[in-house]
Amino acid sequence: MAPHEIRRPFKRRPISDQQKRRELSLLRQSQHRSDAQQRARNLASSVISLQSSSSDVDPEILFEAVPELDEGTESESSSFDVRQASRLRGPEARKWFARQLMLPEWMIDVPDNLSRDWYVLARPAGKRCFVVSSDGTTVSRVRNGSILHHFPSALPGGARKKGASGPANSYSILDCIFHEFDQTYYVIDMVCWRGYSLYECTAEFRFFWLQSKLAETGACDPPSFYHKFRFSAVPFYNCDQTGLHSAYTGSLPYVKDGLLFYNKHAHYHTGNTPLVLIWKDESCSQYVIDTDNNGEVPNQQHIVLELQEEGKLVTSDDPPVPFSCLNADFVKQSGLLSGSLIRFAIGDGGLNCVDGRFEKADLQYIGVSNRARAFADSYSKIMFQYMARHSPLKVEDLASTISHENQQDKTPEVEMSD
Amino acid sequence: MAMEVTQLLINAQSIDGTVRKHAEESLKQFQEQNLAGFLLSLAGELANDDKPVDSRKLAGLVLKNALDAKEQHRKYELVQRWLALDMSTKSQIRAFLLKTLSSPVPDVRSTASQVIAKVAGIELPQKQWPELIVSLLSNIHQLPAHVKQATLETLGYLCEEVSPDVVEQEHVNKILTAVVQGMNAAEGNNDVRLAATRALYMALGFAQANFNNDMERDYIMRVVCEATLSPEVKIRQAAFECLVSIASTYYEKLAHYIQDIFNITAKAVREDDESVALQAIEFWSSICDEEIDILEEYGGEFAGDSDVPCFYFTKQALPGLVPLLLETLLKQEEDQDLDEGAWNIAMAGGTCLGLVAKAVGDDIVPHVMPFIEEKISKPDWREREAATYAFGSILEGPSADRLMAIVNAALTFMLNALTNDPSNHVKDTTAWTLGRIFEFLHGSTIETPIITQANCQQIITVLIQTMKDAPNVAEKACGALYFLAQGYEDIGPNSPLTPYFQEIIQSLLSVAHREDATESRLRTAAYEALNEVVRCSTDETSTMVLQLVPVIMLELHNTLEGEKLSMDEREKQNELQGLLCGCLQVIIQKLGSEPTKYMFMQSADQMMGLFLRVFGCRSATAHEEAMLAIGALAYAAGPDFAKYMPEFYKYLEMGLQNFEEYQVCAVTVGVVGDICRALEDKVLPYCDGIMTQLLKDLSSNQLHRSVKPPIFSCFGDIALAIGEDFEKYLRYSMPMLQSAAELSAHSSGADDEMTEYTNSLRNGILEAYSGIFQGFKNSPKTQLLIPFAPHILQFLDSIYMEKDMDEVVMKTAIGVLGDLADTLGSHVGGLIQQSVSSKEFLNECLSSDDHTIKEAAEWAKHAITRAISV
Repeated sequence: MAPHEIRRPFKRRPISDQQKRRELSLLRQSQHRSDAQQRARNLASSVISLQSSSSDVDPEILFEAVPELDEGTESESSSFDVRQASRLRGPEARKWFARQLMLPEWMIDVPDNLSRDWYVLARPAGKRCFVVSSDGTTVSRVRNGSILHHFPSALPGGARKKGASGPANSYSILDCIFHEFDQTYYVIDMVCWRGYSLYECTAEFRFFWLQSKLAETGACDPPSFYHKFRFSAVPFYNCDQTGLHSAYTGSLPYVKDGLLFYNKHAHYHTGNTPLVLIWKDESCSQYVIDTDNNGEVPNQQHIVLELQEEGKLVTSDDPPVPFSCLNADFVKQSGLLSGSLIRFAIGDGGLNCVDGRFEKADLQYIGVSNRARAFADSYSKIMFQYMARHSPLKVEDLASTISHENQQDKTPEVEMSD
Repeated sequence: MAMEVTQLLINAQSIDGTVRKHAEESLKQFQEQNLAGFLLSLAGELANDDKPVDSRKLAGLVLKNALDAKEQHRKYELVQRWLALDMSTKSQIRAFLLKTLSSPVPDVRSTASQVIAKVAGIELPQKQWPELIVSLLSNIHQLPAHVKQATLETLGYLCEEVSPDVVEQEHVNKILTAVVQGMNAAEGNNDVRLAATRALYMALGFAQANFNNDMERDYIMRVVCEATLSPEVKIRQAAFECLVSIASTYYEKLAHYIQDIFNITAKAVREDDESVALQAIEFWSSICDEEIDILEEYGGEFAGDSDVPCFYFTKQALPGLVPLLLETLLKQEEDQDLDEGAWNIAMAGGTCLGLVAKAVGDDIVPHVMPFIEEKISKPDWREREAATYAFGSILEGPSADRLMAIVNAALTFMLNALTNDPSNHVKDTTAWTLGRIFEFLHGSTIETPIITQANCQQIITVLIQTMKDAPNVAEKACGALYFLAQGYEDIGPNSPLTPYFQEIIQSLLSVAHREDATESRLRTAAYEALNEVVRCSTDETSTMVLQLVPVIMLELHNTLEGEKLSMDEREKQNELQGLLCGCLQVIIQKLGSEPTKYMFMQSADQMMGLFLRVFGCRSATAHEEAMLAIGALAYAAGPDFAKYMPEFYKYLEMGLQNFEEYQVCAVTVGVVGDICRALEDKVLPYCDGIMTQLLKDLSSNQLHRSVKPPIFSCFGDIALAIGEDFEKYLRYSMPMLQSAAELSAHSSGADDEMTEYTNSLRNGILEAYSGIFQGFKNSPKTQLLIPFAPHILQFLDSIYMEKDMDEVVMKTAIGVLGDLADTLGSHVGGLIQQSVSSKEFLNECLSSDDHTIKEAAEWAKHAITRAISV
């Protein structure tokens, strides 16, 4: 029997860095596992709440939910349950629902590889909305979260009707534009289909799925007793010369409001994304330049910015793009609070911007913005509007980019044959 | 045959490889053809005093190896084989073994002792060989002394092999009596006394009842204390070993003896041979360990209802103990910092001092400060080093408030010593102490920062300078930098390290490239510090981290280009590969999300290529690191990871098959989860292979049990990713989950470790159920899950009734209840309403303080309401 070893660690850390890496990995994995689980659960509860929200509102929970959202950071609010969100009211609800939609940036320069990586489609004029079908009913909500229609539809689970719509508990979420004139929901994107989430799928797949699945259900049929509104998939094209031409000039059953460009590889990303772009000119949209409350185009461009602490003015982007500052005394005098949305006109000094930052802007204070607004303008919107007034991006520019790309693609072949 | 065995056993130890190999093969053949005959002739060989010592010793060893193995599965086989032998063979072998205890040859007796203990380890739990203990005890009263010595040794080994609950208390008493009598000063033979003392060390676990009896305990303690004064050094050492073991096993019984023990240990530390002094110090270290544990439990519970009260032995001993330990610090060995295996009285004393500080907190400071102040500037390096070491040792334990002023005053002195002290030893300890300062007194929880704008530059400059010093000193400087960076972990968007970031990274890379970087762990320390600096960096420096990517990749590439390397070089190469993969893993996690993700992912293809090549090298550590890095990469890449799967898949499978290096297996299981979440349904083509491996892993007896819970969780990840396509795996996975669930529902209570394992198993099972339910949600195949619902609800009910689940299990369990209701809806409404879980358990969770449990419970409530309302 030998004596027993008693050596203790000497001048050593209790755990090695490798062990630390191992533990951090495990932590990360279990966090992601519970996120994935949470997402799966929320998908279901979103449906429950969206259709039952009108009937059961617990005032106590309403009281609780609002402050929770206030202190919520970006990550918390994105995991925030739709069930609770449906109990929100006013600006909180608007903010929440607006976050659920993918919002295009305005096209201020032409992306690379347009013809290879992008789709183009003509955006129908109308109200952008989220359409959810489940448990025998269909609800559409516009961007600010208020209900547009509550109706039966031929979407999966969209009407109380036995038959082809599949199992009772299946549900779908569509990204649509409601076109007043022909009372049709034009579907521009598919978010969930028969309970199957498409959030993490590429646009390429979502569009394919949308085109092939929507018609199967009879949702594209004319209205009937169990199907109050017609749905229609918006045609989309590869963004080559032909595709761009078809989207831009092609005749469609709806009034156009600009062109939407979707990056084929992009997932359904809630909030602003540079992977979906909107572009407009006079010949494909009635509303190129923003109008004021009376529907008239003002002489000067109006923009809305958010006031932050110390008088900083920023856009709605994430991260926000800073503009100039408001004078502290002025802020005090006008009683403006940080977080307020403020309207400005752009004066003759115009906008000057370098590398995505505003160097100089001639802003003229107008006042606090309309209360219905949830957000300040985005950088791309301000720039697009400014360009539209001064040196717009023309459809010819898009076309020439595409043809230039095609030539570049061909160049190596030419060299090789030499 | 017997003759032949002797020759074979001698040949098996031949210097001539061919002879040796031939003999080994013959022995193996013999064993396979006739196990009983083989074991019997080995025992006969061992017992035969006419045979050569070498063949007898090897016979005993082979016999021992035929009874026990380290690896659990193999061990079980051997036990079954022994139990299956016919009784007459076993009786003959036992008789041979007992006879050998009387052999005049000491080595042979000792071997027989160990074999007897192994046989006892198998047979006593089966109520076989009942006469063994009685016949051993009868030997005790025999002469000659060498038989007595061998018998005591056997009793010692027996106590080590056998669990106390299979030995009757009457026999326990007799064994202890024999052992303690053998230790008594009245025993004239030193060999007997030594054997008895060592036997007591092993038998202490059996003495629970005896330690509860005041008289018996007094007697045992008196004999042990007397043995510490024996003229024979080995006996003194063994007696102190007993005291060390008593310190942790019977802490709460020591109050009556602690003053005497202090006197004995103090004398030993000051005057005795180092081997004895080390044990005497270890006694106090063990007491500190106990008190630190008890006080931690108090601290955590607020109620102070720990099973064992704290007697504050350390606190009471402070006035005598601290000076004693400080004296030892002056007995350093010249090159102890250069020798990885060194362990001496100065090191033990300092370590103990650190534990004392942890156990008593602020109270230690006044006892140590005069020593430090007196010696820190002395011309003799031993005094300066001892003072610094004392200072470094007491930094963990006392409050920041108590230490802050002292540390602030010392900081400049230390930085100066690091630059100017001529002694390598002093610099080593000084750099280590700086690291301790940053570890315990720098960070977001400390009110007044040690590192300020005024001194930050100087600190970093000195550390970087020190990294060019001798490898052992440079290694400590890297360690200090590690903690310096760690302290800024949650600093927010602006880190004070930003201005120095580039310089720090450059310096760490140069250190890693030093020619002598493989000495003193220097290279490892440099990469570890680099990792921590990157981990704690902010967005301000992300471009610089991006620039690091090609640098580390190039280094990894270079390790893969190695020419023909010697074993030693290859080992170092593999170690480096592990470090570089670890570094890349940290970088991936730093850069793999917005806004750097896009830029970073440009390197992904190349990086993945390198990781795959690492799998071509044989090194478990490197594999594990590469695997962890790939998991992080999969998360960053998302669905794009699909393109790597065709090539990566075979290594994934290899990892899942690696039973021996179970860490690799465990890490790979985690990566399967990452991949499922990244690829979602695109993982489907690989699922047949993965599921097959995972099911094999679960059925394996060889795989370390800690890997099994994560495998269950992994089922959930797969089901969630592929949804209803999991259908084909249901018939394999569900029965496994079910039987594991049954096992884990009730196998609780044994000890803390077992309860913890049971809970991790439950959590894995529940995560699997969650994933499966959510995966099948809204599918027409939901029906397939209905038959499993009763069992799952029963499982939930039974773990609720057991009342020993932790918060994690509670949250997962209530979530499963919701998932079940959500997916199966009205099909199980009635069943749910009958379950306890849907009422008491749910209510308990709804009123939980833990908001994650509450949230999961609210979700479950909602889902249940819906399920039963339809």
